Amino acid sequence: MSKEQGWDADRALSRIRELERLPGALLPILHALQDEFGYVDKAAVPLVAEALNLSHAEVHGVISFYHDFRHSPPGKHLLKMCRAEACQSMGCESMIRHVENRLGVHLGETTEDGTFTVDAVYCLGNCALSPAVMLDGKLYGRVSREVADFLIDSAQRHA
Amino acid sequence: MSVKVYVPCDAAAVSVGADAVAKAIADQIASRRLGASLIRNGSRGMFWLEPLVEVETPRGRVAYGPVSVDAVPGLLDAGFLEGKPHKSCLGLTEEIPFLKRQERLTFARCGITDPLSLSDYVSHGGYRGLEKALKLTPQAIVEEVTNSGLRGRGGAGFPTGIKWRTVLNAPADQKYIVCNADEGDSGTYADRMIMEGDPFVLIEGMTIAGIAVGATSGYIYIRSEYPHAFRTLRRAIAIAHDKGYLGANVAGSGKRFDLAVRLGAGAYICGEETSLLESLEGKRGQIRFKPPVPAISGLFGKPTVVNNVISLATVPIILDKGGQYYRDFGMGKSRGTLTIQLAGNIKHGGLVEKAFGLTLREAIYDFGGGTASGRPLRAVQVGGPLGAYFPESLLDTPLDYEAFAERKGMLGHGGIVVFDDTVDLARQARFAMEFCAVESCGKCTPCRVGSTRGVEVIDRIIANQDRMQNLELLDDLCEVLTDGSLCALGGLIPLPVQSAIRHFPEDFHKAAPPPPANGSSKAQETQSWR
Repeated sequence: MSKEQGWDADRALSRIRELERLPGALLPILHALQDEFGYVDKAAVPLVAEALNLSHAEVHGVISFYHDFRHSPPGKHLLKMCRAEACQSMGCESMIRHVENRLGVHLGETTEDGTFTVDAVYCLGNCALSPAVMLDGKLYGRVSREVADFLIDSAQRHA
Repeated sequence: MSVKVYVPCDAAAVSVGADAVAKAIADQIASRRLGASLIRNGSRGMFWLEPLVEVETPRGRVAYGPVSVDAVPGLLDAGFLEGKPHKSCLGLTEEIPFLKRQERLTFARCGITDPLSLSDYVSHGGYRGLEKALKLTPQAIVEEVTNSGLRGRGGAGFPTGIKWRTVLNAPADQKYIVCNADEGDSGTYADRMIMEGDPFVLIEGMTIAGIAVGATSGYIYIRSEYPHAFRTLRRAIAIAHDKGYLGANVAGSGKRFDLAVRLGAGAYICGEETSLLESLEGKRGQIRFKPPVPAISGLFGKPTVVNNVISLATVPIILDKGGQYYRDFGMGKSRGTLTIQLAGNIKHGGLVEKAFGLTLREAIYDFGGGTASGRPLRAVQVGGPLGAYFPESLLDTPLDYEAFAERKGMLGHGGIVVFDDTVDLARQARFAMEFCAVESCGKCTPCRVGSTRGVEVIDRIIANQDRMQNLELLDDLCEVLTDGSLCALGGLIPLPVQSAIRHFPEDFHKAAPPPPANGSSKAQETQSWR
């Protein structure tokens, strides 16, 4: 998830150099940058564009096309909640509303204290154990309101 | 030899505590100084029993589940290492009716072996398909796949052999095998399961495909929502490479096949094959016009086989046992087995691999045990977010590509999402349009604009504003989407919408809901989710 330090052009360049020779290198590079910094800083655009001989617009166009790439640092914990059909059939919408109310955010937002970013996803592939959420890359199934509260409490303790 | 204990490493099993159970068992084995070893297997696909722990005994593997961390000391006290009775004991795993009644061909090893043990893979019949393929001409390999009747399991159902033949016959200095592992349909997880539970079978299938069509390079494009499967594949590829099953000299044949795995970035549309190729090339995942088809001009403009995970993972058994063996399963033009995924509001959710022809009712009741909530079933969506909603009266439809198409539905990737009687089909229709609006690549107008207009029209229908005119307008809009969209996203989104209206008209004729009180139900208004 998000790293402690902020944007750093030298670190970004070294990640770009590692990957720039791959065929179709842009997505791997953007993933690497997001792994490094927690988001893709707009200062990365000219660096990536130059490395891959692309225009700034092309790089920006790709970053903005994909839901995964963030334009600003996420909260300390990233909670992705599935709201696709299988999870709907098991009441994910009311669980999601509960989490939104508890944290005081809407999907796609970060709490004021920067502890949680809450995102919608469409399917985590855990559809026999709905509702499903992913917290900091870990998958959870059968997430009732109580389980969601437990996960949030645990994350807050380790904040 | 020490007793073997199996705890799945599958992401779904882990999502309900399998890692913690594995650790608890390992701790107990160590502290009690027992002669037992812990193996992390794939999942058997009986998710309501996860974490499902198995113990190897002289009688066969004995299953216990669901096992919680707290239950572990008691299990050991009860003698579970000898397969002795316990309240969570399910008897011999292979005798559990859900599993016993299946015909597992593609998933033959899944849940049985250690996914990252190549020796386990080989001792359970792995790499026999490749061995046979290496003795055949490329034409003969393609012929075997054609004869099997295998059709693309991603949803489109296009004959795999014909696709391969096109690539084989396309002259080029470079060809590619691309595995579509962008399993984005809600209610599906078969690709994820096989990638986590038996990754070598996919690697073997892709290698055979490469040798068959003359491609020396392959990519697996996997969605970023599957980090566990991504890690497993990366490790499996490294192992296969180290042991000479990938690289410059595949299994000593002198033939090259290199394989890499690439991560998607959260775009449903990249499950569409041309969007996927754009994305692999490092571009926005916008669809391409067809023709040319990818088999002629695909990745980096070269002839490319693009197949779904399950299609490719089925190739090894076809080569091993012959096309005819595979073809003998199934019905009509749907040959072989379908990997049915029971999902949503279902008591016994899990993976059922069975010859085509099982009815929806048999899948949902005989295997799935009905709804999880215990309430009456009201609707079933088959084939993901672009599949139709079927009512109870259509449950006798056999699971077969043509039978579904005849009823204006779609079998797709074989996911079945069950809803009980609390579902509101007008809201589901609205969601379908909303999903299309969120995920549209924006290339064609019907999908890009039509989906947003669709949400608005359905909102007016729900609010009882000029309801009849708006229903007519929605029908018209669906026709434009069906006929005018460039790909299956816009082209099929009318399926869930129109099936909801056709089969559940009462949900579109309810009294308008009261307007929300000031400041409440903000969540419902949040439409731009990202």
